[in-house]
Amino acid sequence: MSVLDPVTGLGRRGIHFLSLLGRSLLMLMHALVGRPQFRKHFPLFVEQLYVVGVQSVMIIIVSGMFIGMVLALQGYNVLVQFKAEASLGPLVALSILRELGPVVSALLFAGRAGSALTAEIGLMKATEQLSSMEMMAVDPLRRVISPRFWAGFVSLPLLTFMFCVIGIYGGKMVGVDWLGIDEGTFWTGTQASVDLYDDIAQSFVKSVIFALVTCWVALFNGYNCMPTSAGISRATTQTVVHSSLIVLGLDFVLTALMFN
Amino acid sequence: MTDPLDSLVRIEHVTFSRGTRKIYDDVSISVPRGKITAVMGPSGTGKTTLLRIIGGQLKPESGSVFYGDADVPRLSRGALFELRKKMSMLFQSGALFTGMSVFDNVAYPLREHTKLPEELIRTMVMMKLETVGLRGAASLMPAELSGGMSRRAALARAIALDPELIMYDEPLTGQDPITMAVLLKLIRELNNSLGLTSIVVSHDVAEIMTIADYVYLVSGGRVLASGTPEELQKAQNPDVYQFVHGLPDGAVPFHYPAGNYLEDL
Repeated sequence: MSVLDPVTGLGRRGIHFLSLLGRSLLMLMHALVGRPQFRKHFPLFVEQLYVVGVQSVMIIIVSGMFIGMVLALQGYNVLVQFKAEASLGPLVALSILRELGPVVSALLFAGRAGSALTAEIGLMKATEQLSSMEMMAVDPLRRVISPRFWAGFVSLPLLTFMFCVIGIYGGKMVGVDWLGIDEGTFWTGTQASVDLYDDIAQSFVKSVIFALVTCWVALFNGYNCMPTSAGISRATTQTVVHSSLIVLGLDFVLTALMFN
Repeated sequence: MTDPLDSLVRIEHVTFSRGTRKIYDDVSISVPRGKITAVMGPSGTGKTTLLRIIGGQLKPESGSVFYGDADVPRLSRGALFELRKKMSMLFQSGALFTGMSVFDNVAYPLREHTKLPEELIRTMVMMKLETVGLRGAASLMPAELSGGMSRRAALARAIALDPELIMYDEPLTGQDPITMAVLLKLIRELNNSLGLTSIVVSHDVAEIMTIADYVYLVSGGRVLASGTPEELQKAQNPDVYQFVHGLPDGAVPFHYPAGNYLEDL
């Protein structure tokens, strides 16, 4: 083994990564840039909005509810030792709005909708449906990738909003209805501490960025997969792993930028 | 060689590789207008790759691919999609859209590329399905079709826009004798009645020889022989002879290259 082997290996990986990035950017550009044909593309978008967005509502609601409930339970146990249980509302609301809402929604979305998108497009590639579309002079990037991208891009911020609302309500159920904190105190504290720009808008910005990343990763992995069963399986796993890691990494960067 | 002026597709000195493996090395093929041209060769010689190069889905490393006057690999993305409206391809698997019925599959290119009213589209789809004998299967989903029916439905879809050129990728592979005969009849009749130009890629020598007007035999990245089916039947070149007569051993050895047999035991 030569001394230079690790260096050449690093170079090879670097070139591979850059070529993937370039191809994925080209895919996104060809899919999104161009004259929109509303008559043809809008029904496809609505169909995908149902598949990607509406069918993810249940997992988002149930997860949001439990995360809000468990957060309130854990928070109460700590706060009550300092007679500070009145701060439970702000604790739950800020934790969910600033971090848990956008991040957990994106992770769930990557697992539920992202993996499905990758598998669907991978299978369309393996069964030559994408090729046959191309040979029929129909651009699969505009016809298949674009509506799925926009549907995911619109869905995730809305799902994040639902997650936050349900999560805070779950916290209220445990804190107020079960553990007996005064309801007025809970909501007043929450209202006083949550800021429209610092918390809600920044949560929205995070969810939009996570939507872009998870949809992009899922669609590119499907479009770029090896057209075999092992290739589709690998691409689906990669979608969940890459999306999750990118979301968690980006969350740290965004938090650092937004909250100094 | 056919007169180039009478060719719809001309492949000139094309070289194409996948990784380090050279699939085509300076290959030239000419497809005469209005005829059935068969491209035959052993499995794994890149016959499907050739169709993808003609369709512009793959770009050769060097050489030109002319469709009429258009040099396919050098066309812009927009011009390429415009050109593809004139050609069609029947994939080996059929490649029907699994989420749509047979009717919607055949109607798909019409709905995408024309603004015809739905009643007219219905009439046209039914005529295409009648041509391939599947009018009664219009409402079935692709999962409910047999292999042969899938290919016939895909053929109806391929002719939906009345293309100039139709490329068949291994149309007979895995079909029973009756379906094979049906597909051969359809390829011949469609070519004649619709004035199509057809390229059939296959290794079913005996069957394809019965309908082809001109045959190219491709192996090892080059054209081994070309001519009418009768000319190839009589060829004495050992490679051509082995392939055309289906001999298990010959110029293409039965054994994959390996070391000493005894040493491996």
